[in-house]
Amino acid sequence: MLNLIIVIAVVLVLAILVTVFRVITLVNVAKGEGSKSVPPTNRINAILLILFLIAGLFGFFYFSFGGLQDDFVLPLASEHGAVTDRLFWITMGITCFVFIVTQIFLFGFAYKYQHKEGNKADFYPHNNKLEVIWTAIPAVVLAILIVSGWKAWSDITGKAPDNAEVIEVMGYQFSWSVRYPGADKNLGDSDFQKMDVTNTMGIDFTDQASFDDFIPTQLVLPKGRPVLLKIRAKDVIHSVFQPHFRMQMNAVPGMPTRFWFVPTKTTEEMREETGNPDFNYELVCNKICGYGHFGMKYSILVLEADEYDQWYADQQAWLKLNDDYLSEVPDNLKEAARIAAGIDNVISVDKADKALVSN
Amino acid sequence: MSVADIQIEKDLHHDGHDDHHEQSFISKYIFSTDHKTIAKQFLITGIFWALIGGGLSVIFRLQLGFPDMELYWLKPLLGKWITAEGKIDSEFYLALVTMHGTIMVFFVLTAGLSGTFANFLIPLQIGARDMASGFMNMLSYWFFFVSGLIMFISFFLETGPASGGWTVYPPLSALPQAIQGSGAGMTMWLVSMVFFIASTLLGGINYITTIINMRTEGMSFTRLPLTVWALFLTAILGLLSFPVLVAAALLLVFDRSFGTSFYLSDIYIGGEALPHMGGSPILYQHLFWFLGHPEVYIVILPALGITSEIISTNSRKPIFGYRAMIGSMLAIGFLSFIVWAHHMFVTGLNPFLGSIFMFLTLIIAVPSAVKAFNYITTLWRGNIKFTTAMLFSIGLVSFFISGGLTGIFLGNSALDINLHDTYFVVAHFHLVMGSAAFFGMLAGVYHWFPKMFGRMMDERLGSIHFWLTFVGVYLVFFPLHYIGIAGFPRRYYSFTSFDAFQTFTDLNSFVSIAAALTFFAQFIFLFNFFYSIFAGRKASLNPWKSNTLEWTTPRLPGHGNWPGAIPKVFRWAYVYSKPGAKDDFIPQTVPLSETPESNLPNEVEEAKAEASKK
Repeated sequence: MLNLIIVIAVVLVLAILVTVFRVITLVNVAKGEGSKSVPPTNRINAILLILFLIAGLFGFFYFSFGGLQDDFVLPLASEHGAVTDRLFWITMGITCFVFIVTQIFLFGFAYKYQHKEGNKADFYPHNNKLEVIWTAIPAVVLAILIVSGWKAWSDITGKAPDNAEVIEVMGYQFSWSVRYPGADKNLGDSDFQKMDVTNTMGIDFTDQASFDDFIPTQLVLPKGRPVLLKIRAKDVIHSVFQPHFRMQMNAVPGMPTRFWFVPTKTTEEMREETGNPDFNYELVCNKICGYGHFGMKYSILVLEADEYDQWYADQQAWLKLNDDYLSEVPDNLKEAARIAAGIDNVISVDKADKALVSN
Repeated sequence: MSVADIQIEKDLHHDGHDDHHEQSFISKYIFSTDHKTIAKQFLITGIFWALIGGGLSVIFRLQLGFPDMELYWLKPLLGKWITAEGKIDSEFYLALVTMHGTIMVFFVLTAGLSGTFANFLIPLQIGARDMASGFMNMLSYWFFFVSGLIMFISFFLETGPASGGWTVYPPLSALPQAIQGSGAGMTMWLVSMVFFIASTLLGGINYITTIINMRTEGMSFTRLPLTVWALFLTAILGLLSFPVLVAAALLLVFDRSFGTSFYLSDIYIGGEALPHMGGSPILYQHLFWFLGHPEVYIVILPALGITSEIISTNSRKPIFGYRAMIGSMLAIGFLSFIVWAHHMFVTGLNPFLGSIFMFLTLIIAVPSAVKAFNYITTLWRGNIKFTTAMLFSIGLVSFFISGGLTGIFLGNSALDINLHDTYFVVAHFHLVMGSAAFFGMLAGVYHWFPKMFGRMMDERLGSIHFWLTFVGVYLVFFPLHYIGIAGFPRRYYSFTSFDAFQTFTDLNSFVSIAAALTFFAQFIFLFNFFYSIFAGRKASLNPWKSNTLEWTTPRLPGHGNWPGAIPKVFRWAYVYSKPGAKDDFIPQTVPLSETPESNLPNEVEEAKAEASKK
């Protein structure tokens, strides 16, 4: 019943509005407005355009310089980020200048040259000189931006330094796994056909380099040392995005990608800088990947280089923690695997034999 | 001159039975081959889809702006997609953004914009009786209709419509295990797209043929209105790029249904390793963006053409730099084919390729800048009438500048690393192509409504509609730049999971409110539009005092457009406020020999030659 009343009320209100509109229209027709060649709202629209310009520019400056509750510039924590940030703000300066000037001309001219009875517009179809100038100037400015952007881009995407820490990052629905190469500083092979519930990264234990690889529960990075992320995906495309490091690279199934950078602030330093004792770096997924896309987070810890080495040395090989997988190691390498993974001999021989029997 | 012969023949043919052979309702309004009726069909269908696409965006903005709101009241509409907690299902959220993008880009801003104005304006502005092939033109609309129908039905599937983003990147779009929408919903998306592309190609071939072959006597390419130029280049872009999307879609169909591995490789999902080997998801992205980037210009060029026409007419000034306008459209059209990989800077693309594409991408800013400067100079020392169409055109130029400038950031591969797929991108393309093209479409509707329906739309309601929409669009999309610089990723259902994105909750609510208000302001337009079709003030023959040929037709042009012979064209489309002339406009049909008082020195000879021919 209530619904019906609401519907009737809405219909009535609409009918009244339409009638009012009709009456106003008819009155204007009677006034002979239709025969005028200039819209009745001409002057008010011209004024509104100039008011919009003023209010818009005020809002733009106010909100860009502290008018917002939150800071929109994230603190920076990587070496190449300093370069791209500088480039970003240079580009911002140039574009804002152009933005403001062109909008002032656009709305200013619209206001200034609004229709006035008796006026006649200027017959001004072209001016080659003017056009050459405003083709050339943007071309030069853009050329400068292209060169500086290209320089930054080729440095960032260039070969990683030889001493870079190599870490593997794998995206899957809906989280991340990271693998470190272990003591030999050499990541073992992996193969998606070897993946299962436990060996989620599909480590290939026929490769000797994989024996000491370890898989921690967060991404730990050393401050001040180049880090090379080798990136892959398990199921669909994901994107390794870390806004504080100004880094992003897609994780693509079937096509490993990479990105190297140098972290410049430890988590601890960042906590002091931001004044937030709970600050943590986060790894963000930035390519649509399914219903859990928005929660696909992994935490990152940046340590001082010596702390990092300590932490690194303390980690236990994945093979040691899951020594059932010794059965996948070829027989002639089993001993090497036990040594590399640091597996205590007696127990593991026993276990490995059992595993062999069950296979 | 074979072209002229054909036209004479056509004239004779038409003169024979020009008026009134009565048509049935079906052949007149439904399966019509008249370009004006087909244009109106495209327009109405486009408006329908704009409402759906806009409505979807309001629903997902509710989720983004008010993540804690209980949405049980949407249950009658969305059914099981509202969860037991009264929230939008997070997978359906992705379906919403996917469908919003697909509908807006393809159905509204491609079919709704090009379909409407190419069909309506090309024959009327070049002086032709109809399109080269009325039948193909009709097919073009009905393929579009079927395409829309299929897409619409996909909303009602158990597993929901496609939900892998409007770009439908595999493997996500190929694997129903990865997301529900990649089941039947994705199949229907692909089928719908194939119909859509067929529609676009049928239309495009027609537009190109008509413009090349059927211009009236005197209508040289250098006298063509810029609308026709823009629609011409748009059709060429579509013809060259859309087939690539068919190829991309077809390979995706093979991967999805027949076990091939064009895009799939090394995938372990749902507890099993899939047999696919050797494919590359990046191949799909190359194919998609080879269409996708020209598509951006397919959307914006017609809007820019419409704006050129409207700004010139209402400033009562010739468009500034006519040849530069054509030149920049040609440059934009050409460059649009060799910039596609700027959508892929962080996909693992070879960095060297990235540099090349950055270079090419930033070059495209030059012709775009020239266009913006030329619009502004056209206003300079004009005598401007702020018709609603003019207001929307000025709004378009403002958006085109604001959104275009942020393209300089995103086209720079070094900056794109951090901005890619953030809200900065969302702000950028919604301003420069979304809102700008949408404003072009609205400007066109307001401007050519008198020719379409023989009546005027109400200018006051038009102004109100403009101001609410213009301010609304800026309030929605400008704040998104800040959110984007702060690193907020797009296509996120909620930002609660990340410490880094706990900020800007108020700003997000504000944006959502602005979006809803802007959406509801469109109902003012709808009222004005439908009311004026039936009860608007009757239009005069040339209400805007414009030069182009469509205003020489009767108030409601019949089949064949001109009751008598097709008018001849003697001059350029933009002769406004010529010194010495009695009025501030001289239509294209007025011979130079009739206007000795205003002829320029170089035109005097021409006028003599003209007069002696008579």
